Amino acid sequence: MLFKLTASTGQALYVQLTQQIRHATECGILKHGDQLPGIRTLAEELVISPNTVAKAYSELEHEGLLELRHGSGAFINLNRRTRSLMDHVESARRRAAELIEQLREDGLRDDEIRRVFEAELLSTRKAASRR
Amino acid sequence: MIDLPVIQTHRLCKSYGRTDAVRDLSLSVGAGRMTGFLGRNGAGKSTTIKMLTGMIRPTSGEGSVLGERIGDSEENVQLRRRVAYVSEDKRLYGYMTVAQMIRFTSGFYSDWRPDTAEFLRCKYELPADRKVKALSKGMRTKLALLLAIARQPALLILDEPSEGLDPVGVEQLLESLVTQCGEGTAVFFSSHQIEEVERIADQVCIVEQGRLLKDVSLDDIRQCYRRIDLVFPTQPHERDFRLEGVESVQTSGHQMRILASGNVNEVIERGHAFHASEVDVAPVSLREMFLSTIQENSHALV
Repeated sequence: MLFKLTASTGQALYVQLTQQIRHATECGILKHGDQLPGIRTLAEELVISPNTVAKAYSELEHEGLLELRHGSGAFINLNRRTRSLMDHVESARRRAAELIEQLREDGLRDDEIRRVFEAELLSTRKAASRR
Repeated sequence: MIDLPVIQTHRLCKSYGRTDAVRDLSLSVGAGRMTGFLGRNGAGKSTTIKMLTGMIRPTSGEGSVLGERIGDSEENVQLRRRVAYVSEDKRLYGYMTVAQMIRFTSGFYSDWRPDTAEFLRCKYELPADRKVKALSKGMRTKLALLLAIARQPALLILDEPSEGLDPVGVEQLLESLVTQCGEGTAVFFSSHQIEEVERIADQVCIVEQGRLLKDVSLDDIRQCYRRIDLVFPTQPHERDFRLEGVESVQTSGHQMRILASGNVNEVIERGHAFHASEVDVAPVSLREMFLSTIQENSHALV
């Protein structure tokens, strides 16, 4: 699998890694049982800190998407829970795509749409934490 | 499990005559991590590194490296076995060949790894029978790095390791540092190449005029630091925006640029409260954060 990490995007590198691996499983690039390189190997390949890869892997392991077997690497694990989560994500994406299409038709630019989404996420999160 | 820091200093000072090269430096470097040590020329990076490696004695303050006190000559001997140091001037014997230099160095260390030495000699394309004095600057750097890594140190300290290396050499250097860190070595390196540091470091320490200004993780810089550009209908006042987490404020006419390490939402709200007509939030690169940190503090210190 090919990764694309950007140094200054406002996202920690381990978050970018987890998202790209998650995305790859959602669109079928990675399948159940597929093996990912070991922590050290991937760190050397991407020339990033091994701690970054370790953090990403441990997060995915915690989610149940990755199984770390000592000495033999990391394996994709698509169990029922992660599959149903993926179905939810898939349907959310379809709905988001429709909404974005509507907003574009209303004449909003992509960066404006992005800002609207970000602002709403922030304000609803804040409202939730106040509750 | 939380590992003890590999480097810890408390109010470390070094003066040369009336000049303070390092002032009250309290530093803590985590085990197993890659830590970048940033600062302008003359900020005190090399002086700090020389104190940590026992090359010079602190004027006052204390510090420990791998649990051993610095400045104690007996403990320093122990220390030098477990810490590898690649200095700015890369001290090597010019009359030896590359192979001789490797053999000579290997004799001092019980856990020397000949395979690693040979692997790196080939990777770095160092001719075994070439005299050290006939090596280019970049090759000397690579040789010094090879000698440091083959010892399998617990801590690797490098002073400007990428200086004089071509882009391929820099890439090999970074790869080697990543490999080392993967084997459990803590890596502490100074550099002016901010983009390199941004790529591989877990943590950065920024010094200016001998003082520690920042000790922050790259994850935090990426996730929490933001540049907020605001445009107001009237001229804004800096003091209204000096909220917690605001690192620097620049104003130009009706525009204001804020660098914040947190509390971004409060800054945005404050902007709206002052009727900002435009609010733009963007992530911050390490370079931008470094420059703004230095700039903000050069006012404060002078």
